[in-house]
Amino acid sequence: MLFQQIINGLTVGGVYALIALGYTMVYGILELINFAHGEIYMLGAYLGIILFGFFTSVGLTSHSLALSFALTIALSVLFCSAYGFTVERIAYKPLRNAPRLSPLISAIGVSIFLQNYVMLTQGATDKVFPDLLGSAGFDLLGARITYLQVLIIGVSFLLMLALHLYVTKTRMGKAMRAVAQDKVMASLVGINVDSVISVTFIIGSGLAAVAGIMVAMYYGLVNYFIGYIAGIKAFTAAVLGGIGSIPGAMFGGIFLGLIESLGASYISSEYKDAYAFAVLIVILLIRPAGIFGKSTEEKV
Amino acid sequence: MRSILVAFWLAFLFLPFKGPKAALMLFAVVLIIVSSWTYLKRRGRTLREKVFPRINALRAMSLSGKRLSLAQCGLLLFLIAVPFFAGDYVLDVAILCGIYIILALGLNVVVGFAGLLNLGFAAFYAIGAYSYALLNVRLGLGFWESLPVCLLITTISGFVLAVPALRLRGDYLAIVTLGFGEIIRLVLNNWDSFTNGPNGISEIAPPRVYGLSLGGLDKYYFVTLAAVILSYIVVKRVRLSKMGRAWIAMREDEIGASSVGINITMYKLYSFAFGAFWAGVAGALFAAKMRFVSPDSFTFMESVLMLCMVILGGLGSIAGVILGAVVLVALPEALREVQSYRMLALGAGLILMMIFRPQGLFGGARK
Repeated sequence: MLFQQIINGLTVGGVYALIALGYTMVYGILELINFAHGEIYMLGAYLGIILFGFFTSVGLTSHSLALSFALTIALSVLFCSAYGFTVERIAYKPLRNAPRLSPLISAIGVSIFLQNYVMLTQGATDKVFPDLLGSAGFDLLGARITYLQVLIIGVSFLLMLALHLYVTKTRMGKAMRAVAQDKVMASLVGINVDSVISVTFIIGSGLAAVAGIMVAMYYGLVNYFIGYIAGIKAFTAAVLGGIGSIPGAMFGGIFLGLIESLGASYISSEYKDAYAFAVLIVILLIRPAGIFGKSTEEKV
Repeated sequence: MRSILVAFWLAFLFLPFKGPKAALMLFAVVLIIVSSWTYLKRRGRTLREKVFPRINALRAMSLSGKRLSLAQCGLLLFLIAVPFFAGDYVLDVAILCGIYIILALGLNVVVGFAGLLNLGFAAFYAIGAYSYALLNVRLGLGFWESLPVCLLITTISGFVLAVPALRLRGDYLAIVTLGFGEIIRLVLNNWDSFTNGPNGISEIAPPRVYGLSLGGLDKYYFVTLAAVILSYIVVKRVRLSKMGRAWIAMREDEIGASSVGINITMYKLYSFAFGAFWAGVAGALFAAKMRFVSPDSFTFMESVLMLCMVILGGLGSIAGVILGAVVLVALPEALREVQSYRMLALGAGLILMMIFRPQGLFGGARK
């Protein structure tokens, strides 16, 4: 029972962590809570369903399931990255020097817009993701682990590792860290701040797209408002770990997934969505900088 | 060239969601909009140059005194006369407008005056509505006896939420208020034995005066009107008082304000509690009008809608906020056919507003 809940928690937590990375990277660089990030994740889930349905209808799926699935993921990531890039260009870039409230409100606007955009084009009813792996799995230590769960946990960890390597080892990663520390100084040493910000949005949105597809597979159902609640939870995860810190987001996501899964089975499942908020409020009260974050003094 | 690129890009993004035909249409529409926009911009006929100065002039005129008081009297007479010629539908919308005006005025105190972003304002509205509903249905108290209790409860809840607010700034505060709003809604939704869960509470009594029920739309209209006028006067007076000036100072520069002796902690508490008080008034009015409350009326979207009213009209501007509330309640009613596009337009409107006129339609430029 306990082990089962831990596996379930890790599965959901991996997804939260992937979304949280997008929040934390954007916050690290722009100090902006990108409210629209949850909607990008929702777009990813929808694109997964739409594209997979398209490939099935042209007969690719019956020809080769693996190819069709891989193309679905690749194209969803591409589209979501394009959406993330576009959102940044339209809604945030003109506001880069505005008071801090402005981009936040603009982000809320993007979030409302994208939700209704999907609702109007795809309908308000639930969309079903085809059951690819079914409930096939194996038993371990008295818990039932499906292959899908293994896939989700595996992919999440691989992507997190890849991101970590990207940020610490590559030239672009170095530029990102530099911009996060000080935008003006970074531009003085020849870093193109605009393109670094664009890359950040593209990577974060791509990760969210993968998370969206995996959740669509896991729960089988997708709706146009899943982005809001997942976004809030992922944001909580990012704050939990210390916003701006990439390892923090990974840790926070998994931790939150575990809390939710254990809380739902041992305390009350009705308040499942409230745990994230309660954890968020408690963390912000006790340690606003998060577990891995550094507290910064206000500049006068 | 650039406009073709933009149109192509947006059409490409749109493609998977509605198919090639719609994407082609979007391409054409965006192309027309973007190219005409660039054309107008080149000739200097954008909103910034042409329309905004006129609004500013209108605003300056409305602030300049005498003509206003005459206009105010006229408006008041008109508002009093409304029930004598308007139908039930108009009255219904008017009452709703009134309730939202009170909410927007309350939220404006927190966001516009004190500069603290609150994304969970619907929580106070919910607390006000549920307090009256529960006092009335469970204890059998009338509207006027419950009202003070109601307002006390919402004001205290404002204080309670303000405690975390004292430690947080900017966007963190926004998130905590959002979390607070969601928790309140989840509690109302799940605490079946007390709040009757998602089914809500029905058969709430309308207010009575000397045994006469004020439940009819025409009579209830006057109750709402009185509350709106009261809130308008009180908020306006408080804005000009020492407290209001302290809020504005705090909004403009927190450190500067505290260094001239403004007790930041206390004034943040006051702003939250004062805002929550008005949400309580609106909540009780709402419960008594609908005679029914359920958690569905107090979602995050509701909080966002209130925020939109404040931002649309102009953060901190009382007249602007009232205008914002009326526009956002009445406009969707007037445009019934395009109701489904209302939220889409609202989202886009928020973005455009932040880019082109961050101070709101009626807000003055920050000095």
